[in-house]
Amino acid sequence: MDFTFEDQQLAFRDAIHKFLMVEAAPEMLREIWETTKSGRSAELRAKLADQGLTALSVPEEFGGINLGDLDWVLVQQELGYFAIPDSLTDAAYLAVYLLTHLPADINLKRDWLPRIAAGKARIAVGHPLNPFVADAANADLLLLWHDDEIHALKPGQITASFNPSIDLSRRLYKVDWTPSPATRICPAKQGRQLWKDLADRAALAAAAQLLGLAQRMLDLGVDHAAQRKQFGKPVGSFQAVKHHLADVAVKIEFAEPVIHRAAQAVAEDDPRRALYVSHAKLAAGEAARLAGRRSIQAHGAMGYTWEADLQMYMKRAWALDASWGDAKFHKARVAADILAGAAAIGPSTTFPNMNPESHHG
Amino acid sequence: MRLIYTERQKQFREEIRDWLAAHVPKAPLPSFDTEEGFEAHRRWEATLFEGRWSAVTWPKEYGGRGCDLIEWLIFEEEYWRAGAPLRVNQNGVFLLAPTLMEYGSDEQKARFLPRMASGQDIWAQGWSEPGAGSDMAAIRSRAVRDGDHYVINGQKTWSTRAVWADWLFGMFRTDPASSRHHGLTFILLPLDLPGITIRPIKQLNGLPGFAEIFFDDVRVPVENRLGDEGAGWNVAMATAGFERGLMLRSPARFQQTARKLVDLYLRHRESADADPGIRDAVMKSWMDAEAYTLATYRTASRLGKGAKIGAEASTNKIFWSELDLLMHETAMRILGPYGELMPEAPDGGPFGHEHAAWLDGFLFAQAGPIYAGTNEIQRNIIAERMLGLPR
Ligand SMILES: Cc1cc2nc3c(=O)[nH]c(=O)nc-3n(C[C@H](O)[C@H](O)[C@H](O)COP(=O)(O)OP(=O)(O)OC[C@H]3O[C@@H](n4cnc5c(N)ncnc54)[C@H](O)[C@@H]3O)c2cc1C
Repeated sequence: MDFTFEDQQLAFRDAIHKFLMVEAAPEMLREIWETTKSGRSAELRAKLADQGLTALSVPEEFGGINLGDLDWVLVQQELGYFAIPDSLTDAAYLAVYLLTHLPADINLKRDWLPRIAAGKARIAVGHPLNPFVADAANADLLLLWHDDEIHALKPGQITASFNPSIDLSRRLYKVDWTPSPATRICPAKQGRQLWKDLADRAALAAAAQLLGLAQRMLDLGVDHAAQRKQFGKPVGSFQAVKHHLADVAVKIEFAEPVIHRAAQAVAEDDPRRALYVSHAKLAAGEAARLAGRRSIQAHGAMGYTWEADLQMYMKRAWALDASWGDAKFHKARVAADILAGAAAIGPSTTFPNMNPESHHG
Repeated sequence: MRLIYTERQKQFREEIRDWLAAHVPKAPLPSFDTEEGFEAHRRWEATLFEGRWSAVTWPKEYGGRGCDLIEWLIFEEEYWRAGAPLRVNQNGVFLLAPTLMEYGSDEQKARFLPRMASGQDIWAQGWSEPGAGSDMAAIRSRAVRDGDHYVINGQKTWSTRAVWADWLFGMFRTDPASSRHHGLTFILLPLDLPGITIRPIKQLNGLPGFAEIFFDDVRVPVENRLGDEGAGWNVAMATAGFERGLMLRSPARFQQTARKLVDLYLRHRESADADPGIRDAVMKSWMDAEAYTLATYRTASRLGKGAKIGAEASTNKIFWSELDLLMHETAMRILGPYGELMPEAPDGGPFGHEHAAWLDGFLFAQAGPIYAGTNEIQRNIIAERMLGLPR
């Protein structure tokens, strides 16, 4: 029993943190938000690729470094902390998962995995949990759900109608398309499980990003409260403000291990993966929502402006909180397990079935 | 990361599980806040000691098993699962003992630890005074040096289980000219010394769960001092750190309550669902009990690798005390008008005798955010030491 990450995993996380601190400052974020139509920057994507992030879980034979869900979860927290406006997760984590686990279709793997690893492909993923497809209009390939089948479509094969939304770190589209045997790359029989695997990874990634966002919003609130003076002292010396922010620290402290258990459950394909992932998404959403609310309160009117950086992180959090399963969806999954009667709950059931044999990453 | 138990850990779990199955009293003991219950719990401590289960994290030489914190968590899980009695000596075993191991002389360890492990000495804590609650540095009770003795005068209060306990550990002002956290000394003393008067205080449930202690020229040998004279604050902070940190409230306790709450809800789902918030609160109870458990496993793993508990320990206290309130409040919502019944009330209606399990816990949950440093004090600590906000 060891609930800590390997030194190597933490060192990688730290390196990514330092890198993004320099390369993904709020000014860069703001520029992408305000000046691009796609919400994307080729320059940022290239930098992420330089760090190896686009190749993270691509198998070595296709030019990747073959790391696993536990490595990703730490990276996702950083992507959240810096509210990275890039579809890295969709391409390099989710699409890679689908493509590498396709029953056969070696051509599709050979065509796309090396390009993803090199940071040269944008891939959008459409799943019924999300009514819209992020990045659909500027994807090189779309992987779309249809009755549990997986379909792969080129940009010319769809029409994407833009739906303006509050989080400008990605653009949302309604996608119209017609499934056909030619677009189908996986039948429902195998697709069903793959989509489940994918949706849990996506929800886990969103949870980890939400946790990173919560930490960032807390940090912004603390910074502001330490600098802004009223009544002759920093507002952060007032106890009401302190306690607002301390509550956020508590939420984060107890959400993080929940997310890390979910990551391990995903990596090990634990029988209770769905429960643990949904718990993670709910806990992270709660932490992020509270962080946003308390941070804007600590900011005063400044927090209610477009100019203050907080807004970008807050909006990203609100959007992520409802994507890849909103609270209704995830609560229903928690209920389906623990309220089913005869569920294993209580002392000694915390780590039921984690498989000791497999070692991903 | 490796979230599976080793073979050794699994064997350890089986060993304690079997032992508890054979030894846990079939009928619950009377409350340890009654004289009869206190002695019954003392005998249970002795039974635990005979099986070498009373202080599993202690070194073997003092009656422990040298368990690491993961094994301690396993022990606690099995202990709560089995519905074993509350630990009447928890202040000694979990709070004083770690401090004694750190600051005590070999002679003190040999003198106090085995008797503590066997339940021969039950310990109470003496920090609070009428004028020193959250502001512990306002302690005024004096211990004046007179040759090889301290002469103690003053008053302690809210001392849990002091009505029947044998010994007290606490802090006294040895330097009369000092103020705040200077000039305080950590002293251990038997509660039957001449000059000590103990006045029981009834708690919310009507039982004398804590007491006021008056000191009138009480003479305590100097060798009962723990740590240096005047260094009491630092020694006490070590105790407070352990208390808030891990040992005081093991996660299994809350997992067990969450489990009972889920069972209660499932048995009365039809009536409970008329208040749509109940189902949500039941699920949140399970989730937060799991979160607390996971966080504790993480801390235990980190400590096992040589890390130290810092100000983040203050988040624990807030989290478990609020969780405990949530769970008991939710049970009360399910029980509705039957929630107020005392355990012995005969007519539990649709709940039969189930109501009996909740009221006492509901009352005690009210104290969680107050004792061991109020949650407001914990939030101050988090804001100032963890987040770095200005004082
Ligand atoms: C069940 C129980 C068992 C106990 N057992 C023991 C024991 O065995 N030994 C022992 O020594 N003591 C014990 N205590 C006492 C306990 O440690 C104190 O109650 C606690 O430290 C708070 O002190 P107080 O009660 O004087 O409250 P006060 O300090 O008077 O606080 C009253 C209120 O003011 C708030 N407050 C005070 N200062 C601040 C501040 N700086 N910032 C913000 N808010 C503040 C508090 O949070 C609280 O809400 C026990 C208490 C309980 C309830």
